[in-house]
Order: sequence, then C-alpha cells, then structure tokens
Amino acid sequence: MNTQSTNLFSLSSLLGQRNPLHLTLLVLLVATVVVSLGNILFPEDSILHVSDYTVSLLGKYLCYALLALAVDLVWGYCGILSLGHGAFFTLGGYAMGMYLMRQIGDRGVYGNAELPDFMVFLNWTELPWYWTFSDSPIWMVIMVFLGPGLLAFVFGSLAFRSRVSGVYLSIMTQAMTYALMLAFFRNEMGFGGNNGLTDFKEIFGFSLQSPSTKLGLFIATAVILALAYCLCHFIVNSKMGRVVTAIRDSESRVRFIGYKPEHYKVWIFVVSAMLAGLAGALYVPQVGIINPGEFSPLNSIEMVIWVAVGGRNSLYGAIIGAMIVSYAKTRFTAIMPEAWLFALGGLFVLVTLLLPKGLAGLMTKLKSKKSESNSVEKDPAALRAES
Amino acid sequence: MNRIITLLLLLVLSWQSHANAADTDAGVSPNEQLATLIAKLPKTKLRSMASVIDEIAAVKNPQTKFVLQSMLDGDLYYIKSNRTIVQAIKNDSKLYQLTDVMTNESLDPVKKSVISKIRTNNSLRSKLRSLLARIDLTDPNKAVRLQAVQQLLSSPNKGSVGIIEELVEAEQANEVKQVMTTILALDKLKSGDHSEKMQALTLLESTLEPVANNVISNLLASLPEKERTAEQQELAAALNDVLGTIESKRSFYSVVENVFFGLSLGSVLLLAAIGLAITFGVMGVINMAHGELIMLGAYTTYVIQLAFPELIEYSLLIALPAAFIVSGSVGILIERGVIRFLKGRPLETLLATFGISLILQQLVRTVFSPLNRQVISPEWMSGSWQINPIFSLTFNRLYIILFAIVVFVSLVMILKKSSLGLHVRAVSQNRDMARALSIKSDWVDAITFGLGSGIAGIAGVVLSQLTNVGPNLGQAYIIDSFLVVVFGGVGNLWGTLVAAMTLGLTNKFLEPITGSVLASIIVLVGLVLFIQKRPKGLFPQKGRAAD
Repeated sequence: MNTQSTNLFSLSSLLGQRNPLHLTLLVLLVATVVVSLGNILFPEDSILHVSDYTVSLLGKYLCYALLALAVDLVWGYCGILSLGHGAFFTLGGYAMGMYLMRQIGDRGVYGNAELPDFMVFLNWTELPWYWTFSDSPIWMVIMVFLGPGLLAFVFGSLAFRSRVSGVYLSIMTQAMTYALMLAFFRNEMGFGGNNGLTDFKEIFGFSLQSPSTKLGLFIATAVILALAYCLCHFIVNSKMGRVVTAIRDSESRVRFIGYKPEHYKVWIFVVSAMLAGLAGALYVPQVGIINPGEFSPLNSIEMVIWVAVGGRNSLYGAIIGAMIVSYAKTRFTAIMPEAWLFALGGLFVLVTLLLPKGLAGLMTKLKSKKSESNSVEKDPAALRAES
Repeated sequence: MNRIITLLLLLVLSWQSHANAADTDAGVSPNEQLATLIAKLPKTKLRSMASVIDEIAAVKNPQTKFVLQSMLDGDLYYIKSNRTIVQAIKNDSKLYQLTDVMTNESLDPVKKSVISKIRTNNSLRSKLRSLLARIDLTDPNKAVRLQAVQQLLSSPNKGSVGIIEELVEAEQANEVKQVMTTILALDKLKSGDHSEKMQALTLLESTLEPVANNVISNLLASLPEKERTAEQQELAAALNDVLGTIESKRSFYSVVENVFFGLSLGSVLLLAAIGLAITFGVMGVINMAHGELIMLGAYTTYVIQLAFPELIEYSLLIALPAAFIVSGSVGILIERGVIRFLKGRPLETLLATFGISLILQQLVRTVFSPLNRQVISPEWMSGSWQINPIFSLTFNRLYIILFAIVVFVSLVMILKKSSLGLHVRAVSQNRDMARALSIKSDWVDAITFGLGSGIAGIAGVVLSQLTNVGPNLGQAYIIDSFLVVVFGGVGNLWGTLVAAMTLGLTNKFLEPITGSVLASIIVLVGLVLFIQKRPKGLFPQKGRAAD
C-alpha cells in the first residue's frame, strides 16, 4: 500500500499533465510488478520483501477499488446515490463462495462429498435446487454477473420507471440490502446462515493456502481492475455516458429532448452492480469467508465514503479514495480500534463540508490555480474576463 | 361431718372438672392446642393417625398448614431426645436441616440418627391433601381461595371435588365460584352419566380455561369412531359444538391480542418516526443520525436511574424532559454545526449526518462500554391486566400506546396552533417569503430541528423500557423510521400515524404465519414495492408545497 500510494503521488506530480487513464494504468502496472517481484525475488528478511499477508491485503484493497469504481459510476456520473452496493458485492461473493464450497468436496469436517458442512449440520439430505450447478466454474462466472445484475435490473427498472430518485432511492437501496441481510441470516435460505460460507480449500484446482495462489489472485485482481477501469473510462466517454452525465445534471431536460432517462439509468445501474459483483467474487477467495454481515448497511455506506474522499466524478479518484480509506481502516483498527468510527464519522462530515469534490477535485483545483497564476502573469485581461 | 366433707369434696371436684372442660373448649390458645396435638404424633399408631390429623386440621392456626404440608411431603420428623416436632430437609452435605414447626425457627443441622420420621401411608396422604385443600378453600382471603381453585383446576383430585361441591354454594366471590363450577363440570364430564355429561357441557360453553379444552377434546377422542350408540352420538355432537364455540372465542381473542401487539409496535414506530416526520417531512432535512438521537434518549434514562437510585419509580418521569433536552440540544448542535452549511444538497446532508451517527455511536461505546445497559422498569410499568384466562394486556405496552397518542396529539397541536408551528410551516413552504415577513428562518430551522430531535429523545426513553439499551439501538430503528415517514407521505403527520400503525399491525399479523424475521423482510419488500408504485406515499402533499 505504502509503495503504491507514494508511487502514485510522486508520479502524478511528475506526470501531472498526462491523461489520467494512462497514468492510472501505468501506476497500477508498476505497483503490481513491484509487489510481485518483492514477494518472489527477495528473501523474507530483506527490507524489500513483500509478505504474503501484504499481498493478500493489497489484493483486498484492489477489490475495494473495483467496488469503488462501480459506486462512482452510478453516483459520480449518474447522480444515483446507492446505499446498497454492498448487496451486489456480497451476492457476487456468495456466487464465488458457493463454487468454492463445492470444491471442498469430502475434505470438510463431516466428509460428505456432495453436501457442504453446514447442510449436513442442518440434517439436509440433498442440495437445494439453486446449488445444482454450483460446482461448475462457468456457472459460477455466469452467476457472479447474473445475480447482482438481475437484482439491479429488477430493482432499477421498478424504481427508475416510477421516478424514485434522490434521497428516497438511497433509503430504498439501504432497505434492500438490509432486507437481504436479514434473509441471509436465516439458516433456511441455504447459504450457511450466520456463519456464511468459509473453510475454502482450493480455487480452479490451486490451493488457496499457497503463497503463489495468493499472488496469482492479487495479479488477477489488478488486471481485472485495469480492464474495469478501461471499461468505465470507455463508458463515461461514450455517447451513452454523455447522456448519463446529462441525466445527472438535469434529468427533466434530457427527458424533454426525447431520451428515456430510466433506460439509461437502469443500464448504468446494472453495469455497476455487475462490477460490484465481480469485486465481491474476487474478494471472497482472498479473505476466505463470506457471511451475511457483508450486507450490513454500514458497509455500503463505507463504499460511498471511499468515493466521496477520492472524489466522485473522477474514476481514478474512486480508486485512490478506496485505497486511502481502507488503508486508514486497517491501521486504525490495529492500533486503536475504538478511534476508527470517530475517524470515519469525522471523514464523512469533513469531506462533505470542506471537500465536496474529494481529493481528485482538490488536485484539479490546485492545478487550475497554478495555471491561473501563470496566466495572470502573462495576460491580466484573461483574469478580468473570467471574473 | 363425713357428709359435709364428702359434699365439699364433690363440690371441689365438680368445680375442677368444670374448669377442665372450659380448658379444652376456649381457655387454651390455638397455639397450645396445636402444640398438644402434634405432641401426640410420635406416639400415635398409623391406624389412629387419621383422627389426630382431623383434629390438627380443625385448629385455626397459621402453622397448621405448615405441619400438614410437611407431613404430606414426608418431611415431618421428631427429635428423638426431646420429642420436638420438626420439618427436616436433607441438605447438600447429607445432614438434615431442621425447622421447628411451631416457631418456624431454624435449628442446627443434624444427622439422620438424631431424628425419626413421622410415618404416613397412602390413605393418610390423600386425606392430608383434601384437608389442605379445604384450609385454602375456606381461607377468608379471596386471592388465596382463587389461587387454590386454580391449582385444583390444573391438577384435580377426587377428594377436592367433594370439598368443592360442599363449598360452591356458600362461595361469595364470583370469580372463585366460576372456577369451582368449571371444576365440577369437568369432573361430571369425566365420570358422570349421560345426562350429567350433557348438563356439564352447557356449563362449559363459556369457559376459556385451556384445561377444559383438553378434557373435552380427550373425551371426544375416546369415543368410538364407528357404531356409536344414540347417546354417544348426541354427546359427540354436543362436544363438537362446545369445542367450536371455545375455538371461535379463542381465535377472536387471538385476533384481539394481535391487534393489541400490532398497535403497540405501531406506537413504538410512531414515536421513533414522528421526530423524523418533522425534520425530514416538514423541514426536508435528511438526518441519518436520528436513530442515534433516540439512543441518546435511552441512555439518558439509564444515567438518570444511575444518578437517583432512590427515585426509580419516578425515573421515567424525570427522564422524559431530560431526554428531550439532551437529544434536542445535540440536534440543534448538529443543525448549527453541519446541516446548515449543506442546505439544498440532500445527498451530502445524508452522508454528513451518517458520519455524525457513527461518531455518536462510538462516543456512547467509549463512555458507557459497548455492552448493553440495564434500564429498570418501575413497578407501575410491569404487570398485566388479566382480562380472562387466555387474554391479558401488559401495562407497559398499554402505557406506550397511550403515551404515543399524547405525544402525537401535542405535536399536531404545536404545528397547527402555536406561533412556532405557524413559522415552521411558513418557512417550509416558502423560505424567502417567510423571511420577507420578518420570520427569522435560521432560528426557526434550529428550533424545529431541536424539536424533532427532542422527540427522538423521548422515543428513546420509551424504547429503553422495551429493548436493550446499547450503542446499536438507533441503527435498528433508523430504516424503519424512514420507511414509515416515506410510506405515510412526507410532510404529513397524520400519514405518519396511519403508516406506523399499518406497519405495526401488518408485522404482527404476519409474524405467527411466517416468523418474525421473514415478516420484517416481507414488510420491507412490500414497502419498497409500494413506494415504487406511489413514490409520494399514502397521503401525498398537494399544491405548491409538493415540489
């Protein structure tokens, strides 16, 4: 994390004028290579060694960054403040968790080759129908996208068609994830109830305990994050993205011009939900557990603060925000756990009051000030015209 | 001379014998009477024991019951050395714990060899049982009699039925008499002949005792399935009738009970949401820290009880204004410190107030510990109003319903009748126009927000009586509160009332069918769907204020 953020800042000042897309991809690439080499090449006692724990932790942060991208896409570019993205993330995680659960086979505590442990514990004799194909990796990948996507489609088309927006929508998304949390806590749902899914052994045949798998997962997450970043960049700059941004700024005008804002909103909401589900699926093998606690409304709110801190309306801002806040959380909860909620709460208040556009906004402001002062020296008339 | 002496002797003797007679009649206190009688126990043979017990039972002494009960339980012993009658109970260290039956004094524990048991047999035990029953059933205190008959109702025995038959006519208290008739009718139903059974059934039609229900259904099950005699057929039909009547009464009361529970849950929701109906509904400010203001109210109650332990009975009355002030001032602080700078940016307000809610939660966790705190319910809040054997209303829920109504009405009055209410409505409808008419809109904002927050504090006092007081108290209610306000229609207090009660009732009627977790999920999903259909809630605002 340290290497990455310092890299990022020094590079951004160095290459300040570059295109943020290229810059972000470059930073991501450099960070991934540095971490991977540090993990493989250097012995454990070297200063340059990156421990397996750090690799997993960084992998987790990358998942958060991907999730932050998803939130930013709907909030920053479409003005939909979703307080329920944790639901999509967790659903993706459960899709992956189900697959991993089936990979345990007869190595579980009860040694039942067909049924996961918790089902044996509940005296179930056969798999519920929705677990039928869960041991197929292809099905898993489909479900990672289909589960969150379908939920987002149903919820979105209902909500956006009846023109629920603003705070109402936020509270409804929160209620949605809250309801899902209550539902998944029930043992009868067949998703492991309170304990969720855990004790995973291997993924695609690789042991989850081995360092090389961990590094592999980290690299895979980095690659997927880069691809997702490109996708978001493409979406935002496409014609569709322009319409979406226009909806954020004035929905009724877009409607009057002849577009159907609800279609665009549903579309962007579904894409964002799928990205969140993907993040969840990458997250589960790296932390080794998924449980209903992930649905809790607080988690979804934390995602929003990542984006708020980093700066909505800027894709790389979301990534920076997720990294910084998650890193702060890790440090705080290790050193003084009781202070974390104070810090998080304070962050909410300060960012909204003082930094409405986040760090990315701050950077743009500083940059424009610099160029402004340059231009003042050269041409005082420009300033007059501006004011 | 001899004659005279004889006469004198006779006189003295007769006087003495007269005095003796008076002795046994009235001159001896019940205490001594009992003492002499129980002194006989160690010597009495089993077959003559019955008459001694009868005599003991006839003594009007509070210890009588104790003696007989100990004897029935086989705990009555005497100390071999001095023949004191004691109750002896084996303790953990294999010694016998002694209690003098006359004085209730505890004596030192002794070994088994020191004492000897006063023996009983089965016929004596059943005699003891009925004697004990009679003592309770003739007690001058009505409550004791009622308890005794209810005991007999749940575990009837043959002897007691006889006693009740004797006593039922003389019984004055109606409640006791009713239970007595039920016992007799049930006995007839079990052992009487056909006409007695039919007669008993007519008496049982109005009873709601669960025991009666069991006896009747058992009897019905014991009848042969096929080839019933005419009598049996008639009986079966009558039994079915009575069962049907009882069943319909029961289901009626269970509906009434559900309504009561639903209303009380609705009142809790109303109290939690009504502060929000003002800040969110009327002012249009979204305050995610509302739940934490409720929590602060609950903790205020806890602190008050801690500070004035001798005033527990009045603690709630002190806590109500205190919680209003605490939560209200925190609310004003939030409004002045944060919300005022975020006017017209609802999403930012949502995030900032969410941050405040996290800070408040952690503050409480740091100050009071993350564990739940115990808030004591005063005497007058506990207990229940037993209306019939299967239906009772608990006082705390009853008070909460009443209290919610009082709070609601006073709030409506404040908004409709007071000058503050007028200013609040003016500012919320058209801020600029209100300012032009010299209303200090900033001041009104602060006070309104304080009012809404203060009411959240009051809700906290009420909730402290129902749920655990912990740092997460507020979180549990925030989503529900928002849904109530949105469901009722923003800016409409009556809508909030209707919405809260509807949600409470729906929840309680779903619960028996689906279980409580699934019920709240169904309600949540239902609400979300409803809001999709009617985004403005049950009672949308009309006119210019709507935008």
